[in-house]
Amino acid sequence: MSAAPPLLDVRDLTVEFSTRRGIVKAVRHVNIAVAKGETLGIVGESGSGKSVTSYAVMRILDRAGRIAEGSVTFTGVDVCAAGEKEMRDLRGREISMIFQNPRAALNPIRKIGHQIEDVLRQHAQAGSDDVTEKATAMLEQVRIARPQERYHAYPFELSGGMCQRVVIALALACRPQLLIADEPTTGLDVTTQQTVMDLVVELTRARGMSTILITHDWGLAAAYCDRVVVMEKGNVVETAASRTIFTAPTHAYTRKLMRATPRPGAALRDLLPEDLGAEPEPQAVGPAANGNGIGQPRGDNRAPLLVVENLVKEYPRKGTEGAFAKMFKRNDTGEAKPEVAMFRAVDGISFDVRRGESVGLVGESGCGKSTTSTMVMRLIDKSDGRILFDGHDIGTIPASKFARLAMRKRIQMVFQDPTDSLNPRFTAERAIADPILRLGEVTGRKAVRARCEALARQVGLPVELLGRFPHQLSGGQKARVGIARAIVLNPDLVILDEPTAALDVSVQAVVLNLLQGLKEQLGMSYLFVSHDLNVVRLLCDRVIVMQGGRIVEQGPTEHVLFQPEAQYTRDLLAAIPHPPVP
Amino acid sequence: MSEVATGAGDAAPASGLTATLRHARYIIGENPVTGFAFSLFTLIVIMAALGPLVAPYDPLASNTSVALKPPSAAHWFGTDQLGRDVLSRVIVATRLDFTIAVCSVALVFLMGGLAGVAAGFFGGWTDRIVSRVADTIMAFPLFVLAMGIVAALGNTVTNIVIATAIVNFPLYARVARAEANVRREAGFVQAARLSGNGEYRILLGHILPNIMPIMIVQMSLTMGYAILNAAGLSFIGLGVRPPTPEWGIMVAEGSAFMVSGEWWIAFFPGAALMVAVFCFNLLGDGLRDIVDPQRRT
Amino acid sequence: MLRLVLKRLAVALPSLVGVVIVTFLLTRALPGDPAAYFAGPAATREAIDEIRSKLGLDQPLPAQFLRYVADLARGDFGISLTTGQPVATEIRTRLPASAELTLLGLMVSMSIAVPLGILAATRPGSIVDHTCRVVATTGVSLPVFFLGLILVYIFYYLLGLAPAPLGRLDIYYSSPPQVTGFYLIDAAIAGDGEVFRASFKQLVLPALTLGIFSLAPIARMTRASMLAVLASDFVRTARANGLTPFTVIITYAFRNAMLPVVTTLGMVFSFLLGANVLVEKVFAWPGIGSYAVEALIASDFAPVQGFVLTMAVMYVSLNLAIDILYGLIDPRVRIEA
Repeated sequence: MSAAPPLLDVRDLTVEFSTRRGIVKAVRHVNIAVAKGETLGIVGESGSGKSVTSYAVMRILDRAGRIAEGSVTFTGVDVCAAGEKEMRDLRGREISMIFQNPRAALNPIRKIGHQIEDVLRQHAQAGSDDVTEKATAMLEQVRIARPQERYHAYPFELSGGMCQRVVIALALACRPQLLIADEPTTGLDVTTQQTVMDLVVELTRARGMSTILITHDWGLAAAYCDRVVVMEKGNVVETAASRTIFTAPTHAYTRKLMRATPRPGAALRDLLPEDLGAEPEPQAVGPAANGNGIGQPRGDNRAPLLVVENLVKEYPRKGTEGAFAKMFKRNDTGEAKPEVAMFRAVDGISFDVRRGESVGLVGESGCGKSTTSTMVMRLIDKSDGRILFDGHDIGTIPASKFARLAMRKRIQMVFQDPTDSLNPRFTAERAIADPILRLGEVTGRKAVRARCEALARQVGLPVELLGRFPHQLSGGQKARVGIARAIVLNPDLVILDEPTAALDVSVQAVVLNLLQGLKEQLGMSYLFVSHDLNVVRLLCDRVIVMQGGRIVEQGPTEHVLFQPEAQYTRDLLAAIPHPPVP
Repeated sequence: MSEVATGAGDAAPASGLTATLRHARYIIGENPVTGFAFSLFTLIVIMAALGPLVAPYDPLASNTSVALKPPSAAHWFGTDQLGRDVLSRVIVATRLDFTIAVCSVALVFLMGGLAGVAAGFFGGWTDRIVSRVADTIMAFPLFVLAMGIVAALGNTVTNIVIATAIVNFPLYARVARAEANVRREAGFVQAARLSGNGEYRILLGHILPNIMPIMIVQMSLTMGYAILNAAGLSFIGLGVRPPTPEWGIMVAEGSAFMVSGEWWIAFFPGAALMVAVFCFNLLGDGLRDIVDPQRRT
Repeated sequence: MLRLVLKRLAVALPSLVGVVIVTFLLTRALPGDPAAYFAGPAATREAIDEIRSKLGLDQPLPAQFLRYVADLARGDFGISLTTGQPVATEIRTRLPASAELTLLGLMVSMSIAVPLGILAATRPGSIVDHTCRVVATTGVSLPVFFLGLILVYIFYYLLGLAPAPLGRLDIYYSSPPQVTGFYLIDAAIAGDGEVFRASFKQLVLPALTLGIFSLAPIARMTRASMLAVLASDFVRTARANGLTPFTVIITYAFRNAMLPVVTTLGMVFSFLLGANVLVEKVFAWPGIGSYAVEALIASDFAPVQGFVLTMAVMYVSLNLAIDILYGLIDPRVRIEA
């Protein structure tokens, strides 16, 4: 700890919001200090108040929010007492901020070059004669290729990663002393994430800037931060140097969070909190619940359950994609490539899933994994190839007809976004009952209700919540309803499409354990689609890696994830930031 | 990544209806204007229902000896050029205008709402046909088209209802289509397919219940427009025929007298028109708040 | 840009075709027998039939339609039975009167509604905000003809400020030499200050009526759209970068907010063109609206046909202009075309 006064000194900060339910304290008596040149991480789950703290520092809170108590001092200036004009001078020139969702952070109808110019002009960093030059220079610094050309681009013409670079350019244009990065890489692919974070670190270190990195990702905090602050429900629970916190966390909440983070070397059970009293235990109910508690995989062990051969899915190229492709894809002589008429989302892949097995399908966005899973689900039709399920060729049955077949019961899905996948007008019970009513053999209100209650117990959902609507349930509860609905008819194969991506890490730990438990009890097979390799490592027996519609590598998990053969897999693994192994 | 903090301690509402009513009561309490709109609406319905029973005079009885008398104790709203009591005519006209509004709205909801929902959900040819029809209607300024339709079919109440319904078809079809389209690939629709629901069942049982609230708001707002439309048509002589009391036609009859100072003949029916439409619009806004607080204007 | 214009034109053409067909069908269904009317009350059966065949009314419908389209292509909208004049001429003469009124009304409403909406959105909960909401809700409830009558009563009868609602110009004055047909512009060109003032005085009330009527949807949309944009991520970024409120509101928020407002203009034009008819009746304005109303009462189908067609063509063109304007503001639409 240096003896010099900190660059940013937050003392006893309390932020209140007036809502319809009264006053809510989002941040309580928080103390944070950032020294010059230091990178501080603020880690917490949703609702922890980490973002609100930074908004308070910048004084860009919502109308409903206000700083109730405490002080914020930046280079000796009292921020809370500063007038609006003073704050405007501070913002962008001394303190800047970058946000999540980079494309939405840019004005959609203004050229990116002009947006950078606005900031430069506002803070008198450039005059009319050299402002374009300086803006272009910024674009170059954030490693955007052909900056003079891209200067005139609009945000919708750029990829997510490029948009984030423009946002960084905006933030750093006036050489501020402090950069606040609020979840800057959420939603980006892991390789893009690495490039963006490396860029931020490089630029800030080069200028001797301080950075506050707000994130929910421990790995990110570990890889890039000198000190870490842990927040829970508006309070700071622990502050320590990065190395210390990862090797010897003191607060119980910190320990719980770190345990819950999927990491190499940890087994699924290890993710759960040390004391397991919190969540109700899922009870073994179902056909395979016998004395030893572990269901045997059903059916014939010799033939695989799902076989996919040379599966292809093509889409005709549409307007936007065509324009995008034309603009940026050129061959060596600089001419635009002739437009390919069809776009292959899935380009001839083959794999299988055996009974009782859990197979992970991983890749970055746009690799075709979701399209593949949707085809296997028979929600969309394939363009070519075969899909065999338990020996039957289900690929030839059109998607529109498949819903009413008896075979529909045997392949089910757990969706990524629990909010989107539940009908807002159906109670939890009605949502779980839907498959029974349509495809099941159980009839009569009482019997259906009983089955729903049994399912609820099985997935650890308190029975009294069955009468609630989705907007009255938490994220974890909604996820359980989705899972219950998927397994109510005892399917053979369940496809899980990023089922825990939208959940907090502690909730994720519980849900993953639940999924594993159910699989063992009911003898199901899983096809687990995800971009998160750490999660896949925990849950899956075999892994398939996809890129650009093709399979790059597949094999047993230990093999693919610990000794990958393909370069792409190696790059993917290297890009994941991990906390140091305790 | 948002966790809605609802502990198990929150009282779970017994059923959807009770919850809606409780929420409605909360909204009305919070926004007295909506409560006011509801009461006004009830008043209008009562007047429409009771009409002739409540009117002090026979709306059609002319008595030239008391013609063009300003508002007084005997005639609260004055008398018109034929000596008819304006108040009675305004009250009785409520039934006609209200009926026209309700019928047009019901008709256009059936035609436009269902067509739109089908177009948005199924896409393809259904979408193309419905959109083509909507676009053709939208190519006309709507009142002008209504004029043309009523002129072509004849001056009857039925035709006014039909014309209003046709003219509002594109709006309903568009709103319904947009809402169905947004939900077409939503997670819960996919899940419904996985549960064994056929496409029609999904449309009627899963999507329609989600759209109904928005359609109801739209219907309330259109009621106001339907009345204005009917009144406008009557004003230019294309609507209801005299001596039938109807707000629009009464304003038309009174307009000549406005210029010479006998303001009450046109004023009261016009004011009644305004109040009714205003009530429906407020009601629509209030319903919108009840249905989806995020859309508050 | 050119591609966008061509694309939109291509979409507008089927609309025009539809309009022509619908107009034709509608007016053939008008009650009354034009042949009988034309022949006169004393005509014999044979005379009526002769006139009917001369007018081509005994042909099958498709043949009549082709004849109609052929006539349209020549600019022949038929002859009005009540006035005996060619419809096309009468429409051409009367159109500027309606157009002047509508444009002035629109100018009035835009100049009040847009600033009102912006102010209301940037100062939520203030007097301005409440005024805007009240104006928006009341405005859409106003019957336009009633509004006109009230304005006449107050400003003409009670206050004596406005002239009598008897048309475009007081009988003392003669219309300025015809250049555009817009009395204000023509009077200005001719340098005739008196006529300019006189026609302006006649225009005030009806334009105000139309303006107040169309104020509400524009104000409502502007406010709602500004509110939504001010809450968006990119405005937050702009604020976080320290840009001045003026830059944030005008350069960043306003331009984006105007997009839905421009789209709403299409709907507003639809209302305006319809309201035009009603206002023309109240103020005895010699525009195409009153022309059509008189013809309708007399079951004179040619003017009605001409009127509906003209209105619809104007409307399609206006929508085309709005689409192109939208494309100018929003590069996403332009580049994807």
